[in-house]
Amino acid sequence: MEVFVVSLLNGLVYGMLLFMLASGLTLILSMMGVLNFAHASAYMLGAYFAYTISQYIGFWPALIIAPVLCGLIGAAIEMWGLRRVHRNGHIAELLFTFGLALIIEKGVQMTWGLLPVPYRVPELLDFPLFRIYGTQFPAYRAFMLLISALMFGAIWLGLTRTRIGLVIQAALTHPDMASALGHNVPRIFTLVFAAGTALAGLAGVIGGNYQVTEPAMAFTMGPIVFVVVVFGGLGSLTGCFIASILMGLIQTFAVVFDVSLADLLAKFGYVVTKDTPFAEVLTVTLPRIGALLPFLMMVLILVFRPRGLMGTRDT
Amino acid sequence: MSMLRRHSVWLLALVVLLALPFLFYDWTKGRHSGFVLTLMSEIGVMAIFALSYNMLMGQAGLLSFGHAVLFGLGAYCAAHVVNLVKAGTIWLPTELVPLAGGLGGMFFGYVLGWLVTKQRATAFAMITMGLGELVSAAALMFMGFFGGEGGINIDRVMDTSLLGVSYSSPWQVYCLVLAWAFIAAALMRLQTQTPLGRIANATRDNFERAQFVGYDPRMVRLLQFTLSGFFAGVGGGLYVLIYEIVTFDTVSAAKSANALLAVYIGGAGGFFGPILGTIVVVLLQSGVSLLSNAWLLYVGVLFIVMVMYAPGGLIGLLFMHVPIWRIGRLRELTLPYLRAFPPALLLLLGFVLLVELASFTTIGAAQGKKFAIAGTVIDTTAPLPWVIALAALGLGALWMRREARGFRERWDVLIEDAKRRGAVS
Repeated sequence: MEVFVVSLLNGLVYGMLLFMLASGLTLILSMMGVLNFAHASAYMLGAYFAYTISQYIGFWPALIIAPVLCGLIGAAIEMWGLRRVHRNGHIAELLFTFGLALIIEKGVQMTWGLLPVPYRVPELLDFPLFRIYGTQFPAYRAFMLLISALMFGAIWLGLTRTRIGLVIQAALTHPDMASALGHNVPRIFTLVFAAGTALAGLAGVIGGNYQVTEPAMAFTMGPIVFVVVVFGGLGSLTGCFIASILMGLIQTFAVVFDVSLADLLAKFGYVVTKDTPFAEVLTVTLPRIGALLPFLMMVLILVFRPRGLMGTRDT
Repeated sequence: MSMLRRHSVWLLALVVLLALPFLFYDWTKGRHSGFVLTLMSEIGVMAIFALSYNMLMGQAGLLSFGHAVLFGLGAYCAAHVVNLVKAGTIWLPTELVPLAGGLGGMFFGYVLGWLVTKQRATAFAMITMGLGELVSAAALMFMGFFGGEGGINIDRVMDTSLLGVSYSSPWQVYCLVLAWAFIAAALMRLQTQTPLGRIANATRDNFERAQFVGYDPRMVRLLQFTLSGFFAGVGGGLYVLIYEIVTFDTVSAAKSANALLAVYIGGAGGFFGPILGTIVVVLLQSGVSLLSNAWLLYVGVLFIVMVMYAPGGLIGLLFMHVPIWRIGRLRELTLPYLRAFPPALLLLLGFVLLVELASFTTIGAAQGKKFAIAGTVIDTTAPLPWVIALAALGLGALWMRREARGFRERWDVLIEDAKRRGAVS
C-alpha cells in the first residue's frame, strides 16, 4: 500500500511533465503533419535557459522568460525554416527538425559543456511538503503538479472558449477548409508551433531540476514523448492527457515491482532453470525492462492500432 | 569491348581504390598507413550500409530511423559464426563471413520487417525508431547474444581462407572489404533494374495506383526491407572483420542517423549519391574529429543546408548542370562560380572560427586543450577573435547574397536556353 501511494504520486508528477511536452507536440503533429524531432530539444533549451537565468536573476523570472525565449525560437524556426522546407513534403520537414535536434544538442554542449549543470530546485520550495508512510513528498513536486494542472486548464480554456482556439481546432482537422473560410492558416501554424515550443520550454524549466540538466536529456526524452503522442492518438488532447498519465504511471510502477516472467510461470508450477530455452528473456525482471516498455508499446500500437487511444485518424 | 566500356567506371574506381593506399605507403618501413586503410575500409563498409539504406529511402520512399538494427544484428550473427568456426564447430571460409552476416541481416529483416512494413510514411519512421530503441536497449540487457556492454570479441585470423590469405594485416582486410563492397554495390545496382525494384519505385511515387495495378504494397515493402537487411548485414559482417569486436554501438540510433545523413547529403535520387555522401560523412567524422570536437555540428549544418536548399543532395546538384553541359555552355558558369568562391570561403571561415571558438571555450577547456592556429595559441576568452569571426560571417553572408543574385541570373539564362533547345529531360 505504502509503495503504491508513493509511486502513484510520483507517476502523476512524471505523467504531467510528459503531458506538458506531449501536448505541444500532438498539436504540431496533428495540425501541420510535422513529426517535430526538435521538440525535446526545446525542453532541453528551456532547462538550460532557466539554469542561466536563475543564476543571475533567480528562478521565478526564469519561469516566465525561458519559455518565452523558447517560444520565440520556435516561431523563428517555423517562419524561416519549416515554411521553406514545407514545399518539399512532410519527409523533408521531418528531416529538417531532425537536423535541428542534432545542431541544438551540439550547440548546447558547446555553450554549457558536456557535463550536467547544477540546476537546482529553488530554495523557497526545497522542503518536504508532507510525509506518507515515512516517505517525504517534496514541495517542488507539488509545485510541478500545480503548474502543469494550471497549464492544462489554460490550454483547455484557450482551445474551447476563445476564437483563436476554435480556429485552431478547425485547422486541426480541416486545414484547407479553415483556410478557404478566410483564416490565415500559416500564421496559426506559426502560433501553434511557437506555443508548443514554449510549453516544451516550460516543461524544461520545471523538469530540468527535477531530473538532470545535461546535453543528452533531449535524446532520452524525445522518443518517450513520441510514444505518448502515438499512444494518445492524433488530433486528441484528451487522448494525449490519458496517455501521458498512463505512461508516467507505467514507468514509475515498473521500477517498483521486482518480478519476471519466470516468477509468473512459477505460479503455474513451471520452474525456469538455466537450461530452459530463452531463460535469459524469462528471468529478466520488470525494473530492468522498464525503459523498454514505452518502445514496445509504440511498436505494438503502430502495428495493431495506428489510430492510438482516442485519435481521429491513423498516424 | 562494349561490355568493357559500359563498366569502365566501375573498373576505374576499382583501380583507383586499390592504388590509393599506396599514396600513403611508408616506403622506408615497407608498410601501409594503418589509419588510411582503416579509414578506407570504414568508408567501404559504410558505403554498403548507406546503399542498403537507400534501397528503403531512395527506392521505396521508406524513411527508417532504425536501419542500424539490421546492420548490427548482422554483425552480431557474423561474430557468433566466426567464434563457432574458431572453436571448430562449423567450417566457413573467412571470405564468406560477410555472407553469414548478410543472411543474419536478411533473417532479422524478414522477421522485423513483417512488423514494421505494415505501415508506411511517418508511421513507418516511428515504428523503426521504436524498434531501434528496443533493440539497442535489449543489446545491453541480454548477455547471451549481445555480450552486454563489452560486446563480442572475435579473432579474424582463422586459417580457413579459400585463397590462403591469413587476414592478419589491415591491407588484406581492406582488399576483402573492397571486393565485397563491389559485389554488394553491383548486386544492389542490378536490383534496381528488377521488377521488384521498379515496383518499389512505383509504390514510392504513387502508392494507391500501384495497388490498383494489382500489387500488394505491403509485400513489396517487406521484400525490399528483407533484401535491404541482407546488404546491411553484409556490411555488418565486414565491420566485424575490420574491428574484431561488435558492441551495442552498431545497433544504436547514432549509427542509423549516420546512414540517414550520408544518404541525404549524398542524394537519395541517384544510385551513387549515398556513396558520395558516405565519403563526405566518414571523412568529416574521422578527419575533422581529430581536429575539432564539433564534427557533428558541421554534419548537422551541412544536412540542414541540404534539406533546405538542395533536396536532391550533392549528386542532385551535379546533375542540375547536365542540361547546361549538353548545350555546351558549361564554360560560361566558370566566372560566376569563381566570383562566388571568395565570399563562400569567407563565410565558411567565419563560421568555422566561431564554432571552434565556442567549442574550445567550453569542451576544449574542460579537456585541457588550447586553440592554436599555425602554432599561435589563441585566447578564446578575449573579444578580438570573436569579433573577427562574427565580422567574417556577416561580411561573407552579405557578399554571398550579392553574388548569389548574379549567379542566379546567369543560371536562369542558361537553363532557359537549355529548355529551348530541348536538353532538359
